[in-house]
Amino acid sequence: MTATSDYERGVNSARPVAQSDRIFGTLTLAAAVVVLLVLLGVFVSLVMGAWPALKEYGLPFLWTEKWNPVTEKFGALAPLYGTVVTSIIAMVIAVPVGLGIAIFLTETCPRMLRRPLGIAIELLAGIPSIIYGIWGLFVFAPFMQSYIQPFLIDTLGNVPVIGGLFAGPPYGIGMLTAGLILAMMILPFIASLARDIFQTVPPMLRESAYGMGMTRWEVNRHIVIPHVRTALVGGIMLSLGRALGETMAVTFVIGNAHRISGSILAPGTTISAAIANEFTEATTPIYTSSLIALGLVLFILTFIVLAAAQWMLKRMKQKSGA
Amino acid sequence: MASMTRRKTVNAVMMTLSTGAAALGLFVLAVILLYLLYKGASALNLAVFTQDTPSPMEPGGLRNAILGSVIMSVIAVAIGTPIGILAGTYMAEYGRYAKLSKVIRFVNDILLSAPSIIVGLFVYQVLVVSLGHFSALAGSVALAILVIPIVVRTTEDMLRLVPDQLREAGLAMGWPRWIVIRTVAYKAAMAGIVTGVLLAIARISGETAPLLFTALSNNFFSLDLTQPMASLPITIFQFALSPYDNWQALAWAGALLITVAVLALSIVARLVTSKKEKH
Repeated sequence: MTATSDYERGVNSARPVAQSDRIFGTLTLAAAVVVLLVLLGVFVSLVMGAWPALKEYGLPFLWTEKWNPVTEKFGALAPLYGTVVTSIIAMVIAVPVGLGIAIFLTETCPRMLRRPLGIAIELLAGIPSIIYGIWGLFVFAPFMQSYIQPFLIDTLGNVPVIGGLFAGPPYGIGMLTAGLILAMMILPFIASLARDIFQTVPPMLRESAYGMGMTRWEVNRHIVIPHVRTALVGGIMLSLGRALGETMAVTFVIGNAHRISGSILAPGTTISAAIANEFTEATTPIYTSSLIALGLVLFILTFIVLAAAQWMLKRMKQKSGA
Repeated sequence: MASMTRRKTVNAVMMTLSTGAAALGLFVLAVILLYLLYKGASALNLAVFTQDTPSPMEPGGLRNAILGSVIMSVIAVAIGTPIGILAGTYMAEYGRYAKLSKVIRFVNDILLSAPSIIVGLFVYQVLVVSLGHFSALAGSVALAILVIPIVVRTTEDMLRLVPDQLREAGLAMGWPRWIVIRTVAYKAAMAGIVTGVLLAIARISGETAPLLFTALSNNFFSLDLTQPMASLPITIFQFALSPYDNWQALAWAGALLITVAVLALSIVARLVTSKKEKH
């Protein structure tokens, strides 16, 4: 693909092209521009919709905790905090387990099972998030309330320093439950992405490492992971982008409370959950605008994360000479 | 140097951990799917397909929601697929080396993973506010925006796999390029493009967030595109959060239907490509 083919040169030369060809070419160009315009349109429409709120509250919107529709005081801090905390919980759990699954699939798994298991995980990555949400609400939250949360409160709740994280009554729903559901949802995504990335490692690298007498773990730890580090970080950020913007898996189990609590067992909210829950109920223009401003914050946050992810994944492609 | 036994122990521990991770992950996902199957199947009956969404504690089904989902998905695909294929064609054929293609590839990848609730907000601003009310059409447009990046990506990737010699052979016959693209390149890339469209349908059939404030919902049977329309995901959302047993049962039935549809579409998409690979 590096050398310009004859086909491509033929196009760029001044050779007369059929009128019909010019029309089709312009049509494809127009469609390509539509893709650009959509992203631009999303950004512009969010800024316009958020404008009244931004004008009213200014930059302090970002670090104001108050969210009161009655007095029309709105701030983004509580949902922003919830978004970040649930995403951190999800990543802390899903990344090691996802990488473990990927290592298992490329190393330990019997050859016969590799393909079916790989396909199963890829299929699971496509399950809609509302499925995880409804399961979380009816099955997982009650389970958390009866077993996990009382256990956490009784044991870790008394440990100094981190005890505050596990304080309060066991509601079942809350930040920890939302983070765990989120982890389950992005787990297949991380696992299949990491497996794909591990498979780009040239077999020769692995073979020579094994030839030197390295153990499986050493090969993964010292050869495979360093080789794909950038892409792996990119893939993890891509999943982080997913976790940050995920709506339905979280909305069901977060509790939708606009406050910041030191305890991860307490109900909270995230940006997307707040928008999903309140948007159609927002009665005043400034309320609606504040919710759109939340959307703008989320969009900018995920844009930065996703752009960094793309950049890192691209670097791997260049390195592997694709 | 670390002793051989120590290295072997570390290896055994880490490999056991990774196997454990796989077992745990698959166990959790299996639990979710089996529970869904159990709850969904016990709520599934003929009425689910033949009756509309009921009032609390009345018998009913999901007919209007299923139909609404199908209608909006069909329109979304009808809008999104041509735009996606044409844009992908530009990037792989006409503008392969153009700067614009690079920019669009980046933007497209961002759109591919952007939060879908943001897309809902965008369409709300553009179509709902300006038209003054929620509508099925706005819902379809929101879903179409999710279809486009998937189709763009697969179309470009598949067209790039088509060898240039094939195109040159066509050009040598004296055909204009668009005929070559249509008869040679599209034909060779067809299976891949179809896969992309199927995956896009799978993705939008479970999307909830972008429909929340575009199509809204509707408790009644409606075919009017300018009015709010029910959809499966939104109905699940509303019914699951309700205190009524029969609504919750219908939510499980709907969740099972969506999951089965998504899995079936993904499997068919896989078969389409693998058949192609065997040739």
